Amino acid sequence: MNIAVCLKQVPGTTKVEIDPQTNTLVRQGIENIVNPFDTYALEEGVRLRERYGGKVTAISMGPPQAEAILRDALATGADEAVLLSDAAFAGADTWATAYTLSRAVDKLGPCDIVICGRQTIDGDTGQVGPELAEILGFTFVSYVSQVEEIDGEHMRLKRLMGERYEILEALLPAVITVVKEINTPRLPSLRGMAKAKSATIPVWGAEELEVDGNKIGLTGSATRVIKVFFPQRTQRAEILEGELPGQVDYLIDRLREANLI
Amino acid sequence: MEYFLSEQQREIKSLARRIAEERILPVRAELDENEEFPWAITKDMADSDMFRVFIPEEYEGLGGGSLELCLVMEELSRVCSGVALGYAATALGSYSLVEYGTEEQKKKYLPLIASGEKLTAFALTESTAGSDATNIKTTAVPEDGNYIINGTKQFITNGGDAELYTVVALTHPEKGIRGASTFLVEKDTPGFSFGKKEKKMGVRASSTRELVFRNCSVPRENMIGREGMGFPIVMRLLDRSRPGVGAQSVGIAQGALEAAVDYARERVQFEHPIIALQAVQQMLADMAIGVEAARLLVYGVARTIDSGAKSYTEESAMAKVFASDMAMRVTTDAVQVMGGAGYMRDYPVEKMMRDAKITQIYEGSNQTLRTAIAFELRKRKGRRE
Ligand SMILES: Cc1cc2nc3c(=O)[nH]c(=O)nc-3n(C[C@H](O)[C@H](O)[C@@H](O)COP(=O)(O)OP(=O)(O)OC[C@H]3O[C@@H](n4cnc5c(N)ncnc54)[C@H](O)[C@@H]3O)c2cc1C
Ligand SMILES: Cc1cc2nc3c(=O)[nH]c(=O)nc-3n(C[C@H](O)[C@H](O)[C@H](O)COP(=O)(O)OP(=O)(O)OC[C@H]3O[C@@H](n4cnc5c(N)ncnc54)[C@H](O)[C@@H]3O)c2cc1C
Repeated sequence: MNIAVCLKQVPGTTKVEIDPQTNTLVRQGIENIVNPFDTYALEEGVRLRERYGGKVTAISMGPPQAEAILRDALATGADEAVLLSDAAFAGADTWATAYTLSRAVDKLGPCDIVICGRQTIDGDTGQVGPELAEILGFTFVSYVSQVEEIDGEHMRLKRLMGERYEILEALLPAVITVVKEINTPRLPSLRGMAKAKSATIPVWGAEELEVDGNKIGLTGSATRVIKVFFPQRTQRAEILEGELPGQVDYLIDRLREANLI
Repeated sequence: MEYFLSEQQREIKSLARRIAEERILPVRAELDENEEFPWAITKDMADSDMFRVFIPEEYEGLGGGSLELCLVMEELSRVCSGVALGYAATALGSYSLVEYGTEEQKKKYLPLIASGEKLTAFALTESTAGSDATNIKTTAVPEDGNYIINGTKQFITNGGDAELYTVVALTHPEKGIRGASTFLVEKDTPGFSFGKKEKKMGVRASSTRELVFRNCSVPRENMIGREGMGFPIVMRLLDRSRPGVGAQSVGIAQGALEAAVDYARERVQFEHPIIALQAVQQMLADMAIGVEAARLLVYGVARTIDSGAKSYTEESAMAKVFASDMAMRVTTDAVQVMGGAGYMRDYPVEKMMRDAKITQIYEGSNQTLRTAIAFELRKRKGRRE
């Protein structure tokens, strides 16, 4: 079974700040981590390999520093890793990202399952997984909380839907996105760390992936992030004073003004 | 402090810390309360290759020495020395094979220990033989190419939970301790059973049981080392493992120191955090000095062993005695610094104080080890090069 796991490098959770002047993420001095949901994706990939044999390849698109999360992936059970990195990939929206990832999955050769996290903690869209399935022409199942069984062409999955679970059977090849409930990611192993340290991680750019230049990076992005901001908390309290009937009249006027009644 | 650790040693230490903080800390109080064997954590440690640390590379290990083992022990013990003890007992139980096993024995068993599939134990103590280990009564009488073991071992760590046991028994009872030999006994061998699990003051996440042998037949191939060499073998293995108890003590004390400092910074009395009180400062400073001094002694002795030194009875006793006495004092003071809160189970230091006590007792009580140190001192007239 050939399994690809998609991992994104994101700024460490608690410390993210937005520069109010430029509306961009303040990335200086911020430690980068693997998107937490993606660790569950990797763990599930490794567990499936342990159950059914095969190979797990970790893929990340990002700047050269993103190699760090791929080394961690190798230390934590991935067999191989590739970094998709090229100045031309910069500024990609979810569609351009999914397209680029799809080219890498193609280049890796026959693939049975692609596993993604349910969403990232920075972009937060949850769109890359489904878009990737669409581009690859694979079956797509989101919010998977358990892979019950894989036999030949099908897999039986449990999907977490708010208050209920769904049991689905999906045709392979498939892209799935996973939720936290699916497993407890293992810690790295000392042998894995040694292997990861000496591993060469190939870097594939636009040329290696033979991408259509109009579909990648900022050029290929239909979406532009124009502004990122924290929602302003605009709650204000007004304490009414004076005689009760006067207060009521005033309150009704205010509510009318605000088009609330 | 610069401890001059290699890159690999740092990695081992930091991964052990992650296991301790991410996997042990959340369940530490529960394991202590319920005296539960930490199977899930054992699996995590195995997956992270912690059991490979002390096994040679030829047998699927990482070939670490005493220092590497000490680093793991220290980090695990900083959070829970009970979990650490189960790990250390497996290391001690496998040293017999590493040091004295035949090629076949090593090939057969060490990879299974390295992968964490089989835990081990080391069984010397009996009701008549504690500090006086020469007074063991368990026999292993030769019969048709096998040895028939009879007797009872007591206070055996990992007893009942381990799969492989290093057992010392008299093959020639008439020769006394000179007739002792060492055996590897597998858990499911007929005639081998376990007594009840002991209820303990501390290190409650470790299991301690009696091993009962009733006409338990063990094949000759399971003898470790030469016949009659049982006693010198176990004495040497204990010399080798004592810095591990030292590291356990350092870890316990480090954990207690951290808890005490955190608390003293937060706790306000007489309008100031109590860490502003000189009386508290003096205590904390002495605690920190003790931890650091013990750590350096333990690392130093571990390095001495790893350098290939021939004899290190005295040094390894020193590391164990000094660190364990320090841990008892530091944990007691940590409870003192934290006052009533320190005495309560909601805080970790009362457990650390209970746990610290055992480090002064096992692998040679501190009294008997001081006697051993004095014996060496007398031989070398107290001189050092
Ligand atoms: C604050 C912010 C807001 C944004 N808003 C939008 C927006 O509204 N629309 C839009 O099109 N773009 C948006 N982007 C850009 C978007 O984050 C990235 O362009 C896109 O690369 C990944 O989308 P995502 O982070 O939302 O991933 P998601 O779709 O949330 O990620 C799902 C999964 O896909 C995989 N994955 C995602 N990115 C990568 C990668 N680079 N390498 C490997 N695997 C990956 C992971 O498994 C991940 O768990 C935004 C970016 C930021 C920082
Ligand atoms: C939790 C736990 C785990 C253990 N795990 C193992 C294990 O895995 N394998 C194993 O073989 N054993 C194990 N032991 C046994 C342990 O090693 C012994 O308890 C220890 O050696 C002390 O022996 P004792 O308990 O019989 O005490 P005793 O020997 O009866 O000692 C009682 C007191 O007398 C003092 N004393 C005795 N002789 C002398 C002397 N010559 N000079 C000065 N003082 C002396 C001692 O210091 C002590 O204070 C374990 C014990 C415990 C409590």
